Amino acid sequence: MVPVSYYLILSAILFSIGVGAFLIKRNIITIFMSIELMLNAVNLSFVAFANYWNQINHQFSGQIFVFFVMVVAAAEAAVGLAIIIALFRTRKTLNVDQVDLMKL
Amino acid sequence: MNGIPNLHLWLLPILPLAGFLVNGLFGRRLPKALVTAVAIIATAIPLIQVATIVARFSSLTLPHVERVATWISAGPFHAGFTFQLDQLTMVMLCVITGVGFLIHVYSIGYMAHEDGYWRYFAYLNLFMFFMLTLVLANNFLLLFIGWEGVGLASYLLIGFYVLKTSAADAGKKAFIYNRVGDFGFLLAMFLMVQHFGTLDYTQVFAQIIAHPAWQGGFLTAIGLLLLLGATGKSAQIPLYVWLPDAMEGPTPVSALIHAATMVTAGVYMVARAHVIFDRSALALGLVAVIGTATAFFAATMAVAQNDIKRVLAYSTVSQLGYMFLGCGVAAYGAGVFHLVSHAFFKALLFLAAGSVIHALSGEQDMRYMGGLRKKIPITFWTMTAAVFAISGFPPLSGFVSKDEILYEAFISPGGKILWFVGLFTAGLTAFYMFRLWYMTFFGKDRTADSEIMAHAKEHGHGHGIHESPWVMLIPLIILAILSVIGGWMGWPAGLGGNEWFTRFLAPVFNTAGLSMNPNVIHAPAGAGSDHLQLILAIVSTLTAAGGWYIAHLMYYARPELPELLAQKFRGVYRMLFNKYWVDEFYGAVIAAPVLFFSRFVLNFLIDRGVIDGAGFTAGATAQGFGSLVARIQSGNIRSYAGWLAFGAMLVLVVTYFVFTGSFMLH
Amino acid sequence: MNGSMTVLRILPEIIFTLTGVAIMLIDPVMPKQASRKPLGWLAAFGALAALIASLYQYSLPVGTAYFGVVQTDAFSVFFHVLISGIILVSALVVLDAVHPDTESLGELFALMSFGAVGMLLMTSGVELLLVFIGLEISSISTYILAGFRRKTAKSPESALKYFLLGSFATAFFLYGIALTYGATGTTRITDIAAGLATSHALPIAVVGLAFIVIGLAFKVSAAPFHLWTPDVYEGAPSPIVGLMSTAPKAAAFAVLLRIAYEAFPQLQNHWMPLLWILAAVSMTIGNLGALRQKNVKRMLAYSSIAHAGYLLVAFTVLSTDGVAAASFYAVAYAVMNVGIFAVISHAGGYEDRLTLIEDYKGLAYRSPLLGGVMAFFLLSLIGIPFTGGFFGKFYVFAAAIHSGMIWLAIIGLLNSGIAVFYYLRVLTATYTKPMDSSPVLNVPRVSAPLCLAMALTVAVTLVLGIIPGRVLSMARHAAETFPVFSTQQTPVPGTASAVMAAINTKAR
Repeated sequence: MVPVSYYLILSAILFSIGVGAFLIKRNIITIFMSIELMLNAVNLSFVAFANYWNQINHQFSGQIFVFFVMVVAAAEAAVGLAIIIALFRTRKTLNVDQVDLMKL
Repeated sequence: MNGIPNLHLWLLPILPLAGFLVNGLFGRRLPKALVTAVAIIATAIPLIQVATIVARFSSLTLPHVERVATWISAGPFHAGFTFQLDQLTMVMLCVITGVGFLIHVYSIGYMAHEDGYWRYFAYLNLFMFFMLTLVLANNFLLLFIGWEGVGLASYLLIGFYVLKTSAADAGKKAFIYNRVGDFGFLLAMFLMVQHFGTLDYTQVFAQIIAHPAWQGGFLTAIGLLLLLGATGKSAQIPLYVWLPDAMEGPTPVSALIHAATMVTAGVYMVARAHVIFDRSALALGLVAVIGTATAFFAATMAVAQNDIKRVLAYSTVSQLGYMFLGCGVAAYGAGVFHLVSHAFFKALLFLAAGSVIHALSGEQDMRYMGGLRKKIPITFWTMTAAVFAISGFPPLSGFVSKDEILYEAFISPGGKILWFVGLFTAGLTAFYMFRLWYMTFFGKDRTADSEIMAHAKEHGHGHGIHESPWVMLIPLIILAILSVIGGWMGWPAGLGGNEWFTRFLAPVFNTAGLSMNPNVIHAPAGAGSDHLQLILAIVSTLTAAGGWYIAHLMYYARPELPELLAQKFRGVYRMLFNKYWVDEFYGAVIAAPVLFFSRFVLNFLIDRGVIDGAGFTAGATAQGFGSLVARIQSGNIRSYAGWLAFGAMLVLVVTYFVFTGSFMLH
Repeated sequence: MNGSMTVLRILPEIIFTLTGVAIMLIDPVMPKQASRKPLGWLAAFGALAALIASLYQYSLPVGTAYFGVVQTDAFSVFFHVLISGIILVSALVVLDAVHPDTESLGELFALMSFGAVGMLLMTSGVELLLVFIGLEISSISTYILAGFRRKTAKSPESALKYFLLGSFATAFFLYGIALTYGATGTTRITDIAAGLATSHALPIAVVGLAFIVIGLAFKVSAAPFHLWTPDVYEGAPSPIVGLMSTAPKAAAFAVLLRIAYEAFPQLQNHWMPLLWILAAVSMTIGNLGALRQKNVKRMLAYSSIAHAGYLLVAFTVLSTDGVAAASFYAVAYAVMNVGIFAVISHAGGYEDRLTLIEDYKGLAYRSPLLGGVMAFFLLSLIGIPFTGGFFGKFYVFAAAIHSGMIWLAIIGLLNSGIAVFYYLRVLTATYTKPMDSSPVLNVPRVSAPLCLAMALTVAVTLVLGIIPGRVLSMARHAAETFPVFSTQQTPVPGTASAVMAAINTKAR
């Protein structure tokens, strides 16, 4: 059986990739996807922990958490995409570096 | 009710507040006469009430405490809307309501033609409200509220002439320097809460008196912080610079707030908290040193000023220094005595100066005055009384109170130097006051050179030089009488008096704790004698006469002398004229670095710093130098996210160090 | 427990939900040209009803409902009242500031109500899952509200920045929850403390706590997680900024308080230094940043960062006073900030006619009422006595010094000295005579809802400054709901209070 720590390390790596992609990528949609990656990394942790605690004291609320996170992520995506469209209409760009009208 | 009479002390501050509310909310629409009536009644009734309290004062058990309302009783501190009346408060009440009423009356004439008449009286009443709260408070928190409130009223009144940028700037300056002082006051209060668990005067002082072992230590810290607060409000070194600029406000305001009452709040506070200062030789000694130094330096600066109000402003700073000196040698009674007599003659000086300015259609530069003695005789004679009083000629009030301070300084251990500087300053005081006197009232009439007057004439609202209306002159006359006879209530024993005033205040200052500290520079019993007092009085009178003589020589007998001296001692003159460049120094040392850091925070930390700080962002993309520069733009989401990530890393690092136990704040 | 009681525990949330749904249902059936302002009044009345319901909740016994995920106690009700009040005033301010024919106005009011539901759930949730959902409901609503003027260039940009960075921070928050769950086996705030006591994976819990703090620090815009604040405030419609600079922050502070004191009391030696640093940095960066701003909304954004710092000072106190001071300050700050944004929304309008401090020159001459109220709130923000701002600060710093945080208090007091500069700049501009071309000459007449909003905020600010006793005792009562501080009952072994007692004895 794969130990729980493996999942956690994978989850941490995925989360870090998400953070890194957020910082590096320029396309707003890609940045948005990197947030999804971060959320899913967290979900992996939740599932792994839920499995671990299930064996100890039958506490698996982590799995329920995952469902809600998925729902919330979907809602967030809907709103996020709407905002991106509104922005694209006024700016005609999806390059995040050009969205810097307000500064200092 | 248990034999304790109800004096309704709450009425004292509440009436001016009501006046403020009525005039502030509806004044714009009310006729001028009604605005005047509201403002005057709101100060006259408290004056009458104070008079009735004085009449029955001897029958009261002191301190007389009246609880108005429970305010806060939660958390680490308790405070109530509770007023306290004792001898010290009584004295302050008389000064505030008395001088305050006279200046309200004077303002009717002085401000008659100004825009915003209602606004002026609303602010003035607001000031009275806070000032009365300040002296009536029985705990430091309520005192602080009055303290901040008078600062607010002063800010509003200094900036009263909103069209003048200099007035707005001066208001801001006063506000900000006072905040520096308030910082000290607040910290002192927090320390008191921490150590005593209360801010009530009686409880705090009782605790200190009950612990004779408390010497120095945290009491020194509290004392020094209170002193910082006092230097802000009472314009002492290092925070005095706001007061001369505050002269941008209307002249009656200068008289009431920046001479007679508000600026003396620091002296009042030190006297009120004397139990704390008595236990700290360092804090009390510093009060004396700061007072003496301020008295001296402000007097030297007054010598080189040409604006009549600025001369008086520096003179106020200097006289406040004397009061601090008095408190600093533990002669609190003498300090408060000088506070009272100063309130009379300095209010008079300002009001008389206002009358002069009024007569000259707004000219304030003494170089364009001269020869006014005959044209405005009543102003001249009242001003003369004040000049002689402040210069310290017997038997006027300034002589009595200043001499008592100098005498107390002389007999206090190690106080000879303080006495000497104080004496020399007295000579300077006489010099610059008579300089003002001669330049304004004697010599050649130079008003023809005044651009301001010429300008006023051109626009048709100028009028010849004229005496002020009676509504302004009567307060002048009353204050002149008080300046002459006001000192007699504390006539020194050495000159055959009975020092009634100091003995009246003695119950406040002779608390049980006072005699317990051998370190404090109290005068040892029997150090002075009536004989010594007489000699010192003669010495200081001669010094004042010397100052007068030099002023006479330079500004009357040989008017070409000042120019010659200024040429000869060019460096010294420029230094005095530029007020030792203290403003410039503060600007460079305090304001500039703050602004620099602000720019640093905005430009560097947010924009460039993020790329540097989260270096991996730039490195990982390997987009070349050009795009790096392009990304040094602000407003960039990714750079913000970089900061977020950087912050997250920081948080993790801190957490790690905390976890390993190598990071502790306690 | 009977069923009616269960419903009562989420009564304000239900009222807000029904209000929002009603607005969404009525909006499409209204004639196209008809003014949507009645919907705003509906939202305001909904908020008023929720406020009354929240006050009513004080009479409920402390307890949980819905499988123990929501808890009504003095703490959550305290914040319920605050947030409902903010929504009420904000609805009035929006009513005053918008044109009747503003695009999709109905949705704006509905989103305000829905957002409020999220914020209320955050304060009463004792299950991290519910807190997370509440946080997302409130965040998503505010993302949309920030971008509501979607035809302009700035508003969608502000929404995008808020959305991307907000989601980024939420991911950290969520990761923190996951790690906490991993270390303790529970996501219930009330059980975490007990779980920690037996946990074998304390380092994971510590990292989890750190991530939770990061996520919440973003929401309250504490430095260095504050960068979004000025940009978002500048671009978002002014009436909305008044709302989103206060209510979601109050809710996030409530969550932070609950998590710190109820879930992680044993780790106070870990989060206290962390919050110490955040407080010091926030105060300093906020005030220094505000000094040089020309745009009023950006200046107030930096000022809100500084105020978050002052509030965080209270967190380091680690006693009932600390929690009470934080709660009290949250109220004081929220009221004065909503108040000043009421003035700015009216003068500047939904369309941001006035942006720079310069533009406010002469406001007091154009409208003495607006000028006076503006001056009043600026003085309160400075911290002048007789206003809530003064007393809030006083309480926070007094508590901080009382618990030995002298340096932090000194940093805070120095900072509040710096703050005087920039507030006075606005105040001076307000009372400078306007020029003939001044934009303030177009300030519309003050309307009834604005009068009501200003009267409410001014009155509450004065009450907080002059007779704070009642609110103070409510705040202290709220603080005492945390088991760490409850002194009445003897600690039950294994619970947080038992752990705290052990820690305290060890410390001695």
